[in-house]
Amino acid sequence: MTINEIQDQIVEDFSVFDEWLDKYQYLIDLATDTPQIDNQFKTNQYLINGCQSRVWLHAELKEGLIYFTGDSDAIITNGIISLLIKVLNKRTPKEIIEINLYFIDKIGLSQNLSPTRANGLAAMLKQMKLYAVAFDAKSK
Amino acid sequence: MSFDIDKIRADFPILQQTVYGKPLVYLDNGATTQKPNIVIDRISDFYRTTNANVHRGVHFLSDKSTQEYESSRDFVAQFLNASSSKEIIFTKGATDSINLIADAFTQSILKKGDQIIVSALEHHANLVPWQIACQKTGAELKIIPINEKGELIQSEFENLLSDKVKIFSIAHVSNSLGTINPVKEMIAKAHQFNIPVLLDASQSVQHIEVDVQDLDCEFLAFSGHKIYAPTGIGALYGKTEWLEKLPPYQSGGDMIDQVSYISSTYAEIPLKFEAGTNNYVGAIALAEALKYVQNIGLKNIANYESELLNYATQKLNEIEALKIIGTADKKASALSFIIDKIHNYDLGMILDKMGIAVRTGHHCTQPLMNKLGINGTVRASFAIYNTKEEVDKLTNALLKAQQMFS
Repeated sequence: MTINEIQDQIVEDFSVFDEWLDKYQYLIDLATDTPQIDNQFKTNQYLINGCQSRVWLHAELKEGLIYFTGDSDAIITNGIISLLIKVLNKRTPKEIIEINLYFIDKIGLSQNLSPTRANGLAAMLKQMKLYAVAFDAKSK
Repeated sequence: MSFDIDKIRADFPILQQTVYGKPLVYLDNGATTQKPNIVIDRISDFYRTTNANVHRGVHFLSDKSTQEYESSRDFVAQFLNASSSKEIIFTKGATDSINLIADAFTQSILKKGDQIIVSALEHHANLVPWQIACQKTGAELKIIPINEKGELIQSEFENLLSDKVKIFSIAHVSNSLGTINPVKEMIAKAHQFNIPVLLDASQSVQHIEVDVQDLDCEFLAFSGHKIYAPTGIGALYGKTEWLEKLPPYQSGGDMIDQVSYISSTYAEIPLKFEAGTNNYVGAIALAEALKYVQNIGLKNIANYESELLNYATQKLNEIEALKIIGTADKKASALSFIIDKIHNYDLGMILDKMGIAVRTGHHCTQPLMNKLGINGTVRASFAIYNTKEEVDKLTNALLKAQQMFS
């Protein structure tokens, strides 16, 4: 599937929920989907600033594609990570650098999360893009 | 006036709304309180009818504005039972008040080898200014430890007292745990060593009676926005002899007596500490909020809120896997808790979607959270307009959240 096909799929998955609590229940269920970060990377070096809960993110480049793993001590945050990884995983650095991420807006996560929480989301995404930029620079 | 909860709730327009389709349950009063109509109207009426800069003009409005500003100072003095209005300095809030005293002590009193006492319960606002004072002067910070209930260990406090201690700064009520510290007794003990005491009353003036002459503290700081007044205004109380001997904090207009190009002499207190155009509208609204509180009566408020806190403690204790953090014998307003295996952030997010506003995280008391070995708590903090029905909603919402995360 293309990046946009996956984004559309997520938007459709969320569209069945009218109630906010149901959306969050779904995020909680998604938390277990996050590709788990290896324990050796759960250190301050891989900790993302800007999240109220702790978030670790790791990435590696294999045959031109980026593989993300992550974790958080908060379950809802983990659900959000799993969505981001679903969309951005196994893409080329170039694809991630140029990505137009619209699903977060469409499922109502960005406008309905308070600034501190949204910052966490933004910080996560920024970190993923930084990995892509670094891998892209290395390959040149 | 008796305690009429329906009337009180009707005084606060913000409480009438729904969030995410649910009636708002506002339990984040430790962070800031909502404002009654009487305070909101006071601000808008003042700008419509009276506004002019204080202490400056000879004209009608400036005179009226100055009179209202100064009578607000009189009211704050009366509210705290200060012996004189000149002992009240208007500041931006408790943080500003504490910084003022920490700066004045840094300039004129503290030197290498001196000591400062604070407690393990302090908000960062009553910790960081003293750390900076220590860095600048070479003084040393001493911390009163807590027991497992979140109470200060009095014997340890007594051990810290000595002639080396130049100031003792302490929260009246802990913002994270709700512990009411026995400050009157502690102040008396500090005075045996001639140690002046600064009381951070940010979490007490709105919940219990505070009488500066009875407590006998040298200084007291509080914020307006936590006692139904606007943000950006607060007060510092200081005993006359102390305010007179401390040097000014900031400098500029209004705080001077005579100015030449080379040097200046300063105004008398309290204006010595009020440089520039102060937030006089905030000060006037603060007095209005204090009048509102005084009309309801702090004894009534303390009784009502204490009953609410006891009820909430009992209800929350019935929830399996929930642990209340801070079980001091005497508490006010704040109820901090954690639930096994659920992050405080997750709980806060789910409560929010059910219309319940709480605070999550470390509550600006990171050293305390580290000491307790936790990454934070959920804190419900109560005010005069909260009800037992709201406590029931919180309890039900927590049970629902537990189900969602199981």
